[in-house]
Amino acid sequence: MTTDLTDSILYLDAVSVSFDGFKALNDLSFVVGRGELRAIIGPNGAGKTTMMDVVTGKTRPDKGAVVFDGSVDLTTQDESAIASLGIGRKFQKPTVFDYQTVEDNLLLAVEGPRTAFSSLFGWRSKVTAYQIYEALSIIRLGDLKYRLAGSLSHGQKQWLEIGMLLAQNPKLLLVDEPVAGMTDAETEETARLLTSIAGEHAVVVVEHDMSFVRALDCKVTCLHEGTVLAEGTIDSVSANDRVIDVYLGR
Amino acid sequence: MIKFLFHRFDKTAAYFIAALAVLGVLIPILNLALPEASTFHIPTYLVSLWGKYLAYALLALALDLVWGYCGILSLGHGAFFALGGYAMGMYLMRQIGSRGVYADPILPDFMVFLNWKELPITWYFFDHFVYAIAMVILVPSLLALIFGWFAFRSRVTGVYLSIITQSLTYALLLAFFRNDMGFGGNNGLTDFKDILGFSIQAPTTRAILFSITALMLALGFIVARAMVASRFGQVLASIRDAESRTRFLGYRVENYKLMVFVVSAAMAGIAGALYVPQVGIINPSEFAPANSIEAVIWVAVGGRGTLIGAAIGAVLVNFAKTWLTGTFPDFWLYGLGALFIGVTLFLPKGIIGTLTARFNSGGKGDTA
Ligand SMILES: Nc1ncnc2c1ncn2[C@@H]1O[C@H](COP(=O)(O)OP(=O)(O)OP(=O)(O)O)[C@@H](O)[C@H]1O
Ligand SMILES: [Mg+2]
Repeated sequence: MTTDLTDSILYLDAVSVSFDGFKALNDLSFVVGRGELRAIIGPNGAGKTTMMDVVTGKTRPDKGAVVFDGSVDLTTQDESAIASLGIGRKFQKPTVFDYQTVEDNLLLAVEGPRTAFSSLFGWRSKVTAYQIYEALSIIRLGDLKYRLAGSLSHGQKQWLEIGMLLAQNPKLLLVDEPVAGMTDAETEETARLLTSIAGEHAVVVVEHDMSFVRALDCKVTCLHEGTVLAEGTIDSVSANDRVIDVYLGR
Repeated sequence: MIKFLFHRFDKTAAYFIAALAVLGVLIPILNLALPEASTFHIPTYLVSLWGKYLAYALLALALDLVWGYCGILSLGHGAFFALGGYAMGMYLMRQIGSRGVYADPILPDFMVFLNWKELPITWYFFDHFVYAIAMVILVPSLLALIFGWFAFRSRVTGVYLSIITQSLTYALLLAFFRNDMGFGGNNGLTDFKDILGFSIQAPTTRAILFSITALMLALGFIVARAMVASRFGQVLASIRDAESRTRFLGYRVENYKLMVFVVSAAMAGIAGALYVPQVGIINPSEFAPANSIEAVIWVAVGGRGTLIGAAIGAVLVNFAKTWLTGTFPDFWLYGLGALFIGVTLFLPKGIIGTLTARFNSGGKGDTA
């Protein structure tokens, strides 16, 4: 277990969270390695989003350990501290800043100093401008960069949020249901994008779309009732009887 | 940076500053240089009345900075205004010296009346103008810092925050009413004689006070504008629109709120300090919750999140107030209520907000 910990970017051990007595996470343990791409699947209410809430500091676990990068205890830190450590998140329901332009949304996300003082006196550097340009071309919203984010379609907002995540350049990306609202072509594109950034970054993707998960071609963890039901290759997990029973169906 | 400032200080901002400059020069000239018989002569009482409006405009600007740009609806900004006013009032009291009714060279009249033998520590050094000005800025800022530190750290937001800001000003109202607080009890501070050696009643002094108020309003506007147009302002807007999302991007929301809240409190304090010598009195009623709420209405009427609108709203509403309380004294509160409801229903963006929206969509097409 100790080697697991030191080699890991994210380490969850026996994490439990309950809401009014209902256990959303129940002794959840799993480990994500540095630079690993991991898919998380599981039925509605399995606790996938709650797991991300715990990692990003939105929800405090009742018990258990959540360790980032082999040594940093995340359970004592708040959202902004955790984000500054290098954990970026895309929300299940795309959340962008509706009243700001696409470009400004990216500008807010770009890695760099975040303190109130620095923001008063600094503005965008050439490097920042380039990072924004790069993110815009990856998410293909270059033509819409002056549009208000609130006026984008659901799929475009998904892309924008992915772009914000890339601009943040975190060590660990938590991506909650990225392809909902995307066309098949876009879904394929997203899978390509996520596989290409893995390695340099660790990526944890939650998704129900099984063909997308297959395209990610990575280790899969199936959650059910707040705990790990099965873990392994996509073929072994989707052949698992219990996974078929509770999630995939016969 | 320069290009950026130039870009953000658009035409409207330039017009606003120019208008203040013209007012700041023209009104004193019309008051001082023209004979009283002239049609264009402006009587001194009007100069001070408009000076009061401009001080209110600065308060409105301060409030718009936190409410319009960061979503902090303070219902207690009158407290910062009043504290700045009291600091100035204390300086003015100590300038009276032995010219008071009881002719005590050190103690203000009310202290002699209360049979106090020596000056309370809180009044030390207030005979120095520079010290008093420092207090005008420091006292409101410090209160805002302490209050904000607790409130923003414990993530008090929305209605709850508004309610505790309201309680803050109410608590101060009660405290300042007490004689033993040493700030003149319910009579407050008044009967000022001079400021920096100039008679406070003299038309020249009044005219200069007016010009300084116009200047401070312009400066306050430039500072506020530079803040909201910077990346700092962008983060403020993000906090206003999606606070928790901003946190997940790594921004320390509480520090941003604290900074803007403190700057705003300092501005409100300066506004209060400009108000007092022109009105000639400061008393605890300035802490009344209703005053703070009125300031919110000025901002809403002029246009929240526009700065210029806040200033214009303050002037317009107070102009209407002067006129209405003069003509139909019982009608003012109803008028104010009706105005607020009317603006909320028909001009949710306020006067300036509606005008700019119309101008932008009519003039430039769909550029957003
Ligand atoms: N703040 C909360 N208060 C009460 N119950 C909650 C809260 N957050 C989540 N839950 C409950 O915890 C369970 C797990 O929810 P979670 O959102 O983590 O599921 P999920 O695996 O992401 O599901 P989906 O696939 O539908 O997104 C659900 O039953 C949900 O109703
Ligand atoms: Mg979910």
